[in-house]
Amino acid sequence: MNLRIGWLYGHEMNIYGDRGNVLALAHRAKWRGIPSEIVTIGIGQAIAGQAIDLFFWGGGQDREQISVAADLSGDKGRDLKAAIEDGVPILAVCGGYQLLGHYYRPHGEADLPGISALNVTSEAGSERFIGNVVIDAPEFGTLVGFENHSGLTFLGNGVQPLGKVRVGHGNNGRDRQEGARYKNAIGCYLHGSLLPKNPVLADWLISAALERKHGSVDLPSLDDAVETRAHDQVVRRALKLAR
Amino acid sequence: MAVDLRLNAAIATSKALTRAIRRVGRGGGTAFPGLIATRIDPGILGKLSARLPQGVTIVAGTNGKTTTSRMLAGVLRESGLQVVHNRSGSNLVRGISGALAAEASLGRGRSAEIGVIESDENALPDVIRQTSPHCLLLLNLFRDQLDRYGELETIARHWAPAVAELDSDATLVVNADDPNLAALAENTRARVVTFGLETEGHGLPELPHAADSAVCRRCGSRFEYDAIYVSHLGAYRCPNCAYRRPELDIAAREISFQGMERLSMTVRRDGWEDDLRLDVALPGLYNAYNALAVVATASVLGVDAGTIATSLRSFEAAFGRLEKIEYEGLHLTLALSKNPVGFNEVLRMLTVEPVTGPVIIGINDLDADGRDVSWLWDVDFETLAENAHTGTVFAAGIRGDDLAVRMKYAGLPADRLDLGLLGLSFSEVLDTLPKSVAKGEHVFVLLTYTAMLQLRRALAGRGAAPQFWRQ
Ligand SMILES: [Zn+2]
Repeated sequence: MNLRIGWLYGHEMNIYGDRGNVLALAHRAKWRGIPSEIVTIGIGQAIAGQAIDLFFWGGGQDREQISVAADLSGDKGRDLKAAIEDGVPILAVCGGYQLLGHYYRPHGEADLPGISALNVTSEAGSERFIGNVVIDAPEFGTLVGFENHSGLTFLGNGVQPLGKVRVGHGNNGRDRQEGARYKNAIGCYLHGSLLPKNPVLADWLISAALERKHGSVDLPSLDDAVETRAHDQVVRRALKLAR
Repeated sequence: MAVDLRLNAAIATSKALTRAIRRVGRGGGTAFPGLIATRIDPGILGKLSARLPQGVTIVAGTNGKTTTSRMLAGVLRESGLQVVHNRSGSNLVRGISGALAAEASLGRGRSAEIGVIESDENALPDVIRQTSPHCLLLLNLFRDQLDRYGELETIARHWAPAVAELDSDATLVVNADDPNLAALAENTRARVVTFGLETEGHGLPELPHAADSAVCRRCGSRFEYDAIYVSHLGAYRCPNCAYRRPELDIAAREISFQGMERLSMTVRRDGWEDDLRLDVALPGLYNAYNALAVVATASVLGVDAGTIATSLRSFEAAFGRLEKIEYEGLHLTLALSKNPVGFNEVLRMLTVEPVTGPVIIGINDLDADGRDVSWLWDVDFETLAENAHTGTVFAAGIRGDDLAVRMKYAGLPADRLDLGLLGLSFSEVLDTLPKSVAKGEHVFVLLTYTAMLQLRRALAGRGAAPQFWRQ
């Protein structure tokens, strides 16, 4: 058993410490005796033929996002969409989340096309949402992260929110929803990094990846005292700051 | 000359408030008096700058501006000039105004001749426009507090118009090893002086994870590097369009370190007959950049090489920048570490030798630290987790729990991670420390900004460190 983690645009879109997600996936696999390999897929590098079990995609600066959108406009975007449709798990945060949708619409400029893997659309907002976020996710319990975005994302049919916002702004600051769920794909605005402080979510992604390959998989539990303590402490801190 | 009553009232009020704040021991206190002074006379910063016969030199950049501006002020004093400098670290327009007002004469005494102003990144365009500097020193642009400053490109765009409109008789001293800054220097009316490193043996094998802006401004291709020194700083070139690091007017060579104490280097400058041999009382490659920036700027301001060398030899570290403090038989070394590149460079220095003693890492998430601690995942803590080191890492501060998780995923063995300081104030940390660390130990303390303030205050309360604004 092994795990091939595809880190989409690890050089171009790696702002806000999102690499912690990749580290969490790799370590949590390793601690269960499952070797993993991190394959960075940059601009000009194909997805087809890479046999990726699990994708991570972070956020980037505006200029990089434009180059990445262009890079995905052909076969590569179609391959990624097909993989998601096929049930390959993916976690996409912020810029990556937006590009999983149909488009990102900036103020007064042409739309930045996404790959339409998720039935969501994003547009530029007039204020920047910055701060701690706590959400209640039906599948995963309480999740905590940090948002920093001015884009507003709206969910269409067939896509569920990842969770309901308890603290923070979430997808668009209006409907109290955060993130999107579709098949084994998760898109959201949660930096932090997200997975180290929310190990439930990390393990769900690993399980989903392994189950696709090997059928049902029973992941042994780990000693998550340090992670759980940080999770709870940050939830308390977020609630306190929000009051 | 007509007396400017409004200005005099602003100066007098500011001075009185600064004295009062210092008397009650509430810190360096130039921000609040400066704020009131700018309310009384909104033009105060421009007027006080215009009074300085040698004008104002502004120091800006993500990392090193406090150390660099203090070194520069020291060099200028050594050359016989009366210097005014916002040394207590208040680097917004109000703090700068307060600092200049505190030193301004109301007709008596020797007046300041030159200003050295450390400026916050967001405030820089305002500070440039109000002071019309004779000289602007740009050190570097790194990722820092994205929730507060935004992305690097946002800062560069924010700076560009003010840099472009510098006076034509002003000088822009710029770190050409930083591609963002080199690009800014292409569009300015000012004379440009470039500095950078031309040294072998200190390069990094690859761009660190925290590195940014390694992309060609002209064609968008990824740069190739002949040498990478700190983060994305180095000798870069574009494989596609042949854009490359500009020629260096001033360059540092033959850099060597004497442990965590000092560094020495040779500086080549166009127009100097001989290279300058420098011995600097600070360690680390990032301080080689800071010292080089001081040489470049001071020589632009007309200080001779010998005076620069004399002053740098005996420089004393600024507040919390590798400051050594004795406390209850422990030898503490404090290092302010507030963003990925700063942290990486401190870790790089610390891990040259095996780390056997305790390391305390304190992370706060107050406004001045940045509310977002995601950046901890951009720091290469893995170097500290390696087997070569045996020292215990203590997690501390408001977000010490996040640091503990980060250390676990950096590969630090559980028996080297101590959670005993979590949830404690820094005053309580000082109570606990002598019980959990053996007497005589050398303790390394890496702290974010407000964590450093809190620890310093607690140490000062126990008589172990001077209040920083008195230094
Ligand atoms: Zn180019």
